[in-house]
Amino acid sequence: MKSIKTWILVVLASSLLVACGQGGGGAGSKKSKTLDNTKKAGFVKCGVSQGLPGFSNADASGNWTGIDVDVCRAVAAAVLGDADKVKYTPLSAKERFTALTSGEIDVLARNTTWTLSRDADIGLTFVGVNFYDGQGFMVRKNSGINSVNDFKNGISACTNTGTTTELNMRDFFNSKNIKYEPIAFEKADEVVQAYDAGRCDTYTTDKSGLAAQRTKLSAPDDHKVLPETISKEPLGPVVRQGDSVWEDIVRWSLNTMIEAEEYGVNSSNASSLKESENPAIKRLVGAEGELGAAFGLDNEWSLRIIEQVGNYGESYKKHIADTNILPNRGPNELWTKGGILYVPPAR
Amino acid sequence: MNFKNFKFDLNNKNKDLIPQVLTILFLVLVVIYFTINAQNNMGNRGISFGFGFLSQESSFDITFSLIDYDGSDSYARAFLVGLLNTILVSSIGIFFATLLGVTIGIGRLSQNYLIAKAAEWYVEIFRNIPLILQIFFWYFAALRALPLTIDSINFYDISFLNVKGWYVPRFIWTNFSVFFYSIILAIISIIFFSRYAKKQRDEFGKQLPTLYISLGLIIGLPLLTFIIGGVGLSFEIPVLEQLSKTIYVYKGGVSIIPELISLALALSMYTATFIAENVRAGILGVGKGQKEAAASIGLTKGQILKLVVMPQALRIIIPPTTNQYLNLTKNSSLAAAIAYPDIVLVFAGTALMQTGRAIEIISITMLTYLSLSLSISIFMNWYNKKIAIKEK
Repeated sequence: MKSIKTWILVVLASSLLVACGQGGGGAGSKKSKTLDNTKKAGFVKCGVSQGLPGFSNADASGNWTGIDVDVCRAVAAAVLGDADKVKYTPLSAKERFTALTSGEIDVLARNTTWTLSRDADIGLTFVGVNFYDGQGFMVRKNSGINSVNDFKNGISACTNTGTTTELNMRDFFNSKNIKYEPIAFEKADEVVQAYDAGRCDTYTTDKSGLAAQRTKLSAPDDHKVLPETISKEPLGPVVRQGDSVWEDIVRWSLNTMIEAEEYGVNSSNASSLKESENPAIKRLVGAEGELGAAFGLDNEWSLRIIEQVGNYGESYKKHIADTNILPNRGPNELWTKGGILYVPPAR
Repeated sequence: MNFKNFKFDLNNKNKDLIPQVLTILFLVLVVIYFTINAQNNMGNRGISFGFGFLSQESSFDITFSLIDYDGSDSYARAFLVGLLNTILVSSIGIFFATLLGVTIGIGRLSQNYLIAKAAEWYVEIFRNIPLILQIFFWYFAALRALPLTIDSINFYDISFLNVKGWYVPRFIWTNFSVFFYSIILAIISIIFFSRYAKKQRDEFGKQLPTLYISLGLIIGLPLLTFIIGGVGLSFEIPVLEQLSKTIYVYKGGVSIIPELISLALALSMYTATFIAENVRAGILGVGKGQKEAAASIGLTKGQILKLVVMPQALRIIIPPTTNQYLNLTKNSSLAAAIAYPDIVLVFAGTALMQTGRAIEIISITMLTYLSLSLSISIFMNWYNKKIAIKEK
């Protein structure tokens, strides 16, 4: 008797709890819930790759470095005052968007290509570009292939699944009317192994990725990247749709790094430039204007980014150029120096 | 029912009923809560829900497909390609796992010390290594061990094995339907003949050579169609072609990709160990007295195995083996690791990433596996019932 009554009570109580719980779900309004939650938690929840040298890669002691990681660090410096207050979540290509839309992470900085369908369709907003990349092909040097025009019917190509690479590959081979064998792996390491073993004749992905993955092959010098670029791959950080304040914070954290390089402000000279003659520089280091207030931050947010993370040029040099991944900046040079890095003015 | 006298009596039937009703109510509420919560959150985050994407163009290619497919087909068709590939590798896996499992299981009971020990070692090694490692082992070991296309292992100039796959001749049929119907006809005749043979045996004690006549029918009838049915068969043999200085490829014929071979190999070798143990348990489970009794009435060794031991052993073997078939089918989803385009890689992988429709795609995939598993279950339960002892 007693046990049954207890039982009924438990069930009724649980149903009640469930009914009450319904009000709890849901996020996002005009005020930035993400910003409030981040301040409360004390760290920025950032999604990165599972290991791509130069972009986001963890060393033996678990410290993350790379130009994508620097975006997370910049946001943490702006919002929390300390670039190290980031919780990194390594994600596969497959998991990344779900992790972001479900709220597991708040910023996705994982060499992700900005495309219309991703931006418009699946609850994501791209905030900018931190690396202009393009898809290329790697082949064996002895293969006799010197250009994509040497590919013939029956060629087999290894790549990653679920990336724009897979789609570009099809567009490319279709436009050339070449029948090819696509072999798509879930993880980059398996692609490298399969290509290394001779399963496929060519390995295709973003050129920066090819340069980074080549170092993992058993004999890197036996392979080369073909000169052609078959696609535009603007890689950049992504946030959830619906929190425009948070979106602006991430966008302008990235823009600040690029703008700082343009005005010659770097991690070592930033604080001394408070007395600069140039109002653009003064705004950048927080000595003029009230720019931070627009997103509910103090006025030194941009100074902290430059001091703690550095400007874009410093970040590129440290992670991409000095590690010999792509020593030549190519399109990732400032617009004033022949590249296409151009951001709206911070004013 | 007399409502006047109805009392809310906890001591009676209601005692069992109320907790059950409440539990169901609770479960329904939980499901409703999760649905509403998911809808709210998706609405807040600007994600729409719907299955319209299934008819959109997929725009990605798949290495290996049993039906015609290219990137201009829809996501629904890509789903079908993945599903068929899952069914293909599971069927191959189940076939070889059963064959190998029964052999090893009987081997473990062999009087021959070497055979029994070898079978035991096989079981202990392969069932104790995680499957994903075995899949990687067979895939990358095979890739490393196999020669490049130009140095292919040559089987009598008609079949070639290399790192890009196993190339076998393609059958080109003329009047295939006649050949196909002849096989159906042979099978039907065999069923009728064995019924007739059984009747002869039961009523008159006459033993007809069922096996030889069946073999004759299944081989003879189709052969006959070649002579009088106008059926023709020719082979398209793979030919080596040079694409560049060091890149060669075989064209024509059928190419069996190394991903399929290594996945099927790993799945069957792993599952075979469990089936072997089931078979051993089944045979050991039949009492010694049964065999002795059968021998005492003059049955031959083969007849004892076929008529006395196996029918009883199967009752023990089938239920746990059904589990193994289900496991094998579900384990085939590890295919994604080595680029075999099964439903997980193609649909829950590529299609999910291209469309971003996680909830829809994962639910479809889960439902698909559930249906596959239930179908296997239903078939095996039917078979189990069929061979169960019928009380007379």
